Amino acid sequence: MMLKVDKLSKSFGGKRILQDISFQMEKGEVLAILGPSGAGKTTLLRCINGLEKSDNGTIVIDNMYLCKDYKNKIIYASPKDMRAIRRKIGMVFQNYNLFPHMSVMENIIEAPVSVLGLTRDEAIKRAHSLLKSMGLENKKDFYPFQLSGGQKQRVAIARALCLNPKVLCLDEPTSALDPELREGIANIIGKLADKGMGILIITHDMDFAKRVATRVISMKEGRIVKEAEKEDFFSEFEDNRVRRFMIL
Amino acid sequence: MLRYIYTLLPSMADGLAVTLEVFILTLVLSIPLGIVVSMLRIIRIKLISRITELYIWVMRGTPLMLQIVFIFFGLPVIGITFDRFAAVIIAFVLNYAAYFGEIFRGGIESIDKGQYEAAKVLGLSSYRTFTRIILPQMFKIVLPSIANEVITLVKDTSLVYVVGIGELLRAGKTASNRDASLIPLALVGVVYLLLTAVFTVVFNKIEKRYSYYE
Repeated sequence: MMLKVDKLSKSFGGKRILQDISFQMEKGEVLAILGPSGAGKTTLLRCINGLEKSDNGTIVIDNMYLCKDYKNKIIYASPKDMRAIRRKIGMVFQNYNLFPHMSVMENIIEAPVSVLGLTRDEAIKRAHSLLKSMGLENKKDFYPFQLSGGQKQRVAIARALCLNPKVLCLDEPTSALDPELREGIANIIGKLADKGMGILIITHDMDFAKRVATRVISMKEGRIVKEAEKEDFFSEFEDNRVRRFMIL
Repeated sequence: MLRYIYTLLPSMADGLAVTLEVFILTLVLSIPLGIVVSMLRIIRIKLISRITELYIWVMRGTPLMLQIVFIFFGLPVIGITFDRFAAVIIAFVLNYAAYFGEIFRGGIESIDKGQYEAAKVLGLSSYRTFTRIILPQMFKIVLPSIANEVITLVKDTSLVYVVGIGELLRAGKTASNRDASLIPLALVGVVYLLLTAVFTVVFNKIEKRYSYYE
């Protein structure tokens, strides 16, 4: 199991943002979390990436506890374990958050050099093959402002992949992409899953979820309202939509 | 008149040397100290950030001349004595570090939160995040404000006369009084303008070097 979330809850200013969220993700699975904005999807992703602390619950990433409940209190991993967990999970932000003062290559090799302790040459070699697989080998000396949205996204993915994570999270990967580019990113995600990586996608784009996901979870007002294999999820969903249409 | 100006040059050159000495020492010491000040000001330990705030308030809220006088003439009262030049440099560095600290703080705080988060999920240490991600971006943002302070500093160096150190302006004043002529003062003005011109060009160059992105 690559990722396990159990009874995760979080409130903010008296408002419950996440309530009792539980799900699991296996190796090679592409799990899409669907839901309208305000459903708590992004908060969930931020909790899983340790950017936000949850109030209760357990998160396990590749057999390491990021946090767990102990006697009604939540305890987080030690800084040392945290560093190990960070290597297991990669994150691609909605707006990518590339480092604007660094070239594409520097963006990608910064963490492998300073976190994994690779030599510069080793890191560059690794980055090269990643850039090649993303079709960006001729952009390595460009700066982020010189790239299109889709190119930036692929650099952000390459930057996360250069640490060889077991789980890759993507926050709204299609929000800034032209329709033609969606197919490209879907292919990249599919290939990574084939290699055994667990992919967690937050999106409100149903067509995209339908295209890439193997399993879908739907969230509303901080709760999971539905979880199903993709085929079941969407066939039933279509039924509902038709039904609602008929009643109206 | 050219001959008269020529006779002024040796004393002007001596004055200029002192001016540049104060200028360079202040800059070299107060910029790193300013980075430290900005960090202490942002730090989440209330006591430290409050003390830093107080320091900034005092340094920006009183005239630099008063600070020089206080350090050179005031501190000996409680048994702390510096020679003239050291007292002047301490006053300048403490004063300018406060201004630089606030400029750096503004720069650091204007950097998008997403940059810290990206560094965090990549596992970069806080030290690495600050030196590799935040500082380089901060410098680009604050460069125009730093240029402003540097030019102010060139002219502020004339304040060292209060403890009896001769610098450029004083060399001009002395000659002006002695010869009952405004020419020495005009010459001093030209020298200040030339210095300012040099620093303006230097900073334009640095800004250009930082314009490789965005």
